[in-house]
Amino acid sequence: MSETIRIGVLGLQGDVEAHCDAVIRTGQAVPVVVRDRDELAAVAGLILPGGESTTIGKLLDRTGLGAAIAARARSGMPIYGTCAGMILLATAICGSQQPRLGLMDIEVERNAFGRQVDSFEADIAAPRFGATPLRGVFIRAPYVRRAGAGVEVLASYETRIVAVEQGRLLATAFHPELTGDLRVHAYFVRQCMGAVSAPQIG
Amino acid sequence: MSDPTTEKATWRSKVGLAEMLKGGVIMDVVTPEHARIAEEAGAVAVMALERVPADIRATGGVARMSDPKIIKEIMAAVSIPVMAKARIGHFAEAQILEALGVDFIDESEVLTPADEQHHINKHAFKVPFVCGCRDLGEALRRIGEGAAMIRTKGEAGTGNVVEAVRHMRAVMGGIRRLQSMSEDELMAAAKEMGAPYDLVVEVHKTGKLPVPNFSAGGIATPADASLMRQLGAEAIFVGSGIFKSSDPPARAKAIVTACTYYDRPEVLAEVSEGLGEAMFSIDVRKLDDQDRMASRGW
Repeated sequence: MSETIRIGVLGLQGDVEAHCDAVIRTGQAVPVVVRDRDELAAVAGLILPGGESTTIGKLLDRTGLGAAIAARARSGMPIYGTCAGMILLATAICGSQQPRLGLMDIEVERNAFGRQVDSFEADIAAPRFGATPLRGVFIRAPYVRRAGAGVEVLASYETRIVAVEQGRLLATAFHPELTGDLRVHAYFVRQCMGAVSAPQIG
Repeated sequence: MSDPTTEKATWRSKVGLAEMLKGGVIMDVVTPEHARIAEEAGAVAVMALERVPADIRATGGVARMSDPKIIKEIMAAVSIPVMAKARIGHFAEAQILEALGVDFIDESEVLTPADEQHHINKHAFKVPFVCGCRDLGEALRRIGEGAAMIRTKGEAGTGNVVEAVRHMRAVMGGIRRLQSMSEDELMAAAKEMGAPYDLVVEVHKTGKLPVPNFSAGGIATPADASLMRQLGAEAIFVGSGIFKSSDPPARAKAIVTACTYYDRPEVLAEVSEGLGEAMFSIDVRKLDDQDRMASRGW
């Protein structure tokens, strides 16, 4: 590990800066804002930030960047999506035909906890990231209504699935990047390091 | 909710929604059809109104909160966040908007102020607020009252970006001045700016506003959006600029792309092509003082 790993943050729209800060603070990686194919080619993994999933999805479509990301994912690049990022990763979105990457075998429901006045924080137990719960910040958040057979459920809020993993794809309905708790980002950076040393698997 | 660790409407969840809107375009709409056009173009949110600022300017009289019926129809038409405007100091209008379930309230100088001395105590609400400003002191006063997002006032309904530029330069220049001060100069700076001392200290340390910093008031073209982003705006409000132009869907889409690729002139050149007529616009220097919306509020 003499060379520092580069982690992309999709920079079309959303809380890109908060994710870049979190990547820097892991001390294990350098963030790269990704807005075109050349920038995508230079990263070992990609974070899909929070934002408006319809906006980001349309820009992924218009720029052709979506197809390029899907191709990288199929050849094993790890991806971590938060909130809007989770929606973009899903193959199915309840009641919507909006553009998406469609890489994870999950069905998500958008704005599933209500409008902004219902946005909330709660402790989320997720043993994958350590014994202490994460503080989940849910902002007009989605949840996973159905997870396919190959999808591991990492955390739930009450009865609703809010964190999932499928191979090298990770998704949370909440925003660790807004809390200063770096455990999820540190975990994702380690996944990216593993993928670089074993590129064929996945 | 039975979960004992659950807390609703925290400061972090309010500022968090503003964070999620960064890099995007918030568009004024007056009908559900406009709202759908905006969403289709890639807007991150819409501002539900009875009249866009250019029409408010033309009509005159007292401009108030929109009819809840229009706001509800627009909320039902789109899946993206819906904002609405309350008059400066009119906390009853804000209470109504919160009850309707709007996602953000703009305490806006575009409407006729209801209180010339006091702005709304925004900490008292679950819904987040955005407020306009002309300089750093005004921005910090509004944040002190609980605004979770700041925007430049610009001069709404003119199609003229000059005031938005003036206000953004004042905010960013103000931040740079605070950063370069020594700690013992900060109280005098707070006094001079009329801003809360703790927020002045925070800006001195971090070099940025404590909440996202957006731009509004006169943005009419993809180039205007790029200009404001390069001057420091983290996202853009477009009021009359889209639906008062000759081809709203094309212009809306172009401004969305321009906001993302604001620093790539080759992309801006491409999206600026063939958009038709921009909105009817006004030379701000020819406006009488009483016609200037930006001077409403303090």
